[in-house]
Amino acid sequence: MIHSPYIRKPASIQRVMLTVLIALLPGIAAYVWQIGAGILVNIVIASVAALAGEAAVLALRRKPVAMALGDGSALVTAWLVALCFPPIVPWWLTALAALVAVVAVKQLYGGLGQNPFNPAMAAYCTMIVAYPALMSQWPAAGQLDFATQLQLILGSTRDLDAITGATALDTMRTGLRVPDATVDSVRQLGAFGLAGGKGWEWLAAGYLAGGLILLATRVITWHMPAAFLTALAIISGAFWLVHPGQFASPLFHLASGGAMLAAFFIVTDPVSGATTPRGKLIFAAGVACIAWLIRSFGAYPEGIAFGVLLMNLCVPLIDMKTQPPVFGHRGGRAP
Amino acid sequence: MIGRLFNFRGGIKPDAHKQESAASPIRPAPLPSRLVVPLRQSTRATSRCLVQPGQRVLKGERIGEPEGTLGTAVHAPTSGTVVEVGLHPMAHPSGLDTRCVVIEPDGEERWIEHAPFDHRAAGRERSLAHLRECGVVGLGGATFPSHVKLGRGSGIDTLILNGAECEPWITCDDRLMRERAPAILAGAAILRELIGARRLIIGIEDNKPEALAAMRSAAAGIEGEVAVVAVPALYPAGGEKQLIRVLTGIEIPYGKLGGDFGVQCFNVGTAHAVHRAFACGEPLVSRVVTLTGNVAAAGNYEVLIGTPIDELLPLARPRSDTDRYLMGGPMMGFALPRLDVPVAKATNCVISASPALFPPPQPEQACIRCGECARACPAELQPFELYWFSRAKNFGKAQEYHLFDCIECGCCAYVCPAHIPLVDYYRFAKSEIWARERDKSAADAARERFEFRNFRQDREKEEKAAKLAAKAAETRAKLASGDDSKAEPTAPAPAAEDPKKALIAAALARAQAQKQEVQPRNTDNLSQDTQAEIADIEARRRQQGTAHAAASPAVAADDNPQ
Ligand code: SF4
Ligand code: SF4
Repeated sequence: MIHSPYIRKPASIQRVMLTVLIALLPGIAAYVWQIGAGILVNIVIASVAALAGEAAVLALRRKPVAMALGDGSALVTAWLVALCFPPIVPWWLTALAALVAVVAVKQLYGGLGQNPFNPAMAAYCTMIVAYPALMSQWPAAGQLDFATQLQLILGSTRDLDAITGATALDTMRTGLRVPDATVDSVRQLGAFGLAGGKGWEWLAAGYLAGGLILLATRVITWHMPAAFLTALAIISGAFWLVHPGQFASPLFHLASGGAMLAAFFIVTDPVSGATTPRGKLIFAAGVACIAWLIRSFGAYPEGIAFGVLLMNLCVPLIDMKTQPPVFGHRGGRAP
Repeated sequence: MIGRLFNFRGGIKPDAHKQESAASPIRPAPLPSRLVVPLRQSTRATSRCLVQPGQRVLKGERIGEPEGTLGTAVHAPTSGTVVEVGLHPMAHPSGLDTRCVVIEPDGEERWIEHAPFDHRAAGRERSLAHLRECGVVGLGGATFPSHVKLGRGSGIDTLILNGAECEPWITCDDRLMRERAPAILAGAAILRELIGARRLIIGIEDNKPEALAAMRSAAAGIEGEVAVVAVPALYPAGGEKQLIRVLTGIEIPYGKLGGDFGVQCFNVGTAHAVHRAFACGEPLVSRVVTLTGNVAAAGNYEVLIGTPIDELLPLARPRSDTDRYLMGGPMMGFALPRLDVPVAKATNCVISASPALFPPPQPEQACIRCGECARACPAELQPFELYWFSRAKNFGKAQEYHLFDCIECGCCAYVCPAHIPLVDYYRFAKSEIWARERDKSAADAARERFEFRNFRQDREKEEKAAKLAAKAAETRAKLASGDDSKAEPTAPAPAAEDPKKALIAAALARAQAQKQEVQPRNTDNLSQDTQAEIADIEARRRQQGTAHAAASPAVAADDNPQ
């Protein structure tokens, strides 16, 4: 027998995921414009791999395939994987990463809603540990035309010297290791634009626009992006004020790498993130602090993925300790 | 006066669907062919039947005598003949049966004699008794007896009248306020006096402008501090605790009543019934019911309590694709398992449901922890956590996360993009917890019975031993005094023959008594079952052997738990 309530809001997981995909479009458009259309190829490769991998596992687990594929969550993961990876990684790396994300991180934990880790970030970490060289080849903005990108993605051979590129984050990190280098001297190196990496400000703006779409459609709440960006700004700002020569400015951190993508699309993953309002603030701020530490002192140019995974580990504790008081029990203790 | 409105967190805005029936004035429903009046008007209280089949009754005549503190009187809704007193199914999701008086109306609607009741002259106690006699209960849905709610005489500062009516489709309170505002306010004034409240606040959702206007103009005629307040239309603004929060800022936690915080809340329909009870002396025999949904003629009807739903429905002309009927609103109501059930005092609305109006739920998907449910929950719970714990049968955790604060309003299930029937999981968890509590208290009762029996057996053994010892002492005393009398009936014959033997017998008796005292302690470490077994064996042995008549019947009686 069906019980009350007998009416439902016309909402669905498909709708949520579709909104996320649409919100990614401004960022993708900026990506194509500034870096090149190769990203579209990567998105297609990741999507196909993710859907195929999910279908295969579901069939093996004897679960209904169509409904799970139709919910769109695999596509969101696939797009995020593609957007986080360098646009010129070979096709098999992208496909492998998408499979790792969907099969190992999501389905093996029980499918949608069950995974304790953010699938895209777990795949990113796996790949940067396994293929550090391939994962750090980023072309500078406008450096490579589409044909070259396509050849790099699909071709079997790659001439590493021909594509010496490094992100602004990478340049900043390695540049500052040189004796007597300062932020200002490193910034002369050409990888930099107005605020972050050259051309990357536009991507950041695109993701920001998408993030506003997500906020307006109530797919995400303000807590995570606000806490993430504020914490990143505060921690980088504090060190920058004390040692402007040694540490990059908050503006640089916010506009570089995946900060905007992470703020609106990655830390906000509901499944693996904290759920209470206070928990969300703690979670996102934690990711930002870890990311800044790794960016500034770690062995990798970008630390957001590691930050997300580490904070994923803390989610049960965060959620437990931040249960909001219930109606009529304000001031009472949390369970 | 009301400085400002407070808001409660959460809540949803489903389509109101009020326009279907809001424009139609309250009309009396025609007399049905028979009335099935339940003697149990709520889960809490029943009443004792006062009539027999064949007996003629008048409209408003008492047919049920209230039982217990929570009971209220039951009355014949019209004049006619009692044709049956027996079990009939009720409007309840389970289709539960209850004792009912079936009356065949004679069509004359002849009233008993009734006269106004002056609550000021009668005083508080007698006025409350009058309400009980008139069968006045809360008409908002919980049917809590009004005299009990009013019984709390002191410490109430604010009386709230609930005219929010936040469930979609229902318009009976809206129409009542539009058409009978002065009567409602007169009832409210009496309620306020009876409860000793200083101010009266009437909360009405702002999507009922006509009701607001009518109540405002009627409120002008009421003395004292009165405010008619438009509250934002947000389901469940009409939930008692939500409305109290909106109007006063006070949050009443689970398990507490408004009275504990100086506020008491009554539905507008209840205030109207109170007015009828005092101004005319009329008992509560009818109420307004909205018939709406997939019908050709939605409307509001004054319906006699006991009218079978299937006699009422044709008034609204349900369309042919109606597949079920909901009692109450779509958020908290339930689908009627059958239609021959009577209208009760809690029946505010019957909705004809069609697949187009109320589509079947979509398949349940996995929870993505999106938190939509938590944002919608007016109790400020984390519904998805409750869902995980309930699903995993981790009921302890569910209770820790305040499962019992859930008011089953359905907001969480309404918004969930994964289409999870969340409220069903909570109902399941709550019923499991209740069932376990029942099992536990049954086990506790059994243990207590067992322990008491052990205690009684021990005591009897001690008494026996004491008797024996006393007898032996008596014998010794006799021996010492040198009285060898053969006529002594209590002294065992051998003992009388030989003083030495008597001493031995006395010693044996002492030893036996000691042994009997020690024996139960030997079994103390055994399980309860084994102890019970041993006790049974001993009882049998005693019954067969030296037959201490006193012990056996006691054991036998204890073995039969009620
Ligand atoms: S709304 Fe549904 S999917 Fe979202 S957290 Fe609540 S139960 Fe899970
Ligand atoms: S049904 Fe319970 S858990 Fe769900 S929104 Fe209402 S009060 Fe909250």
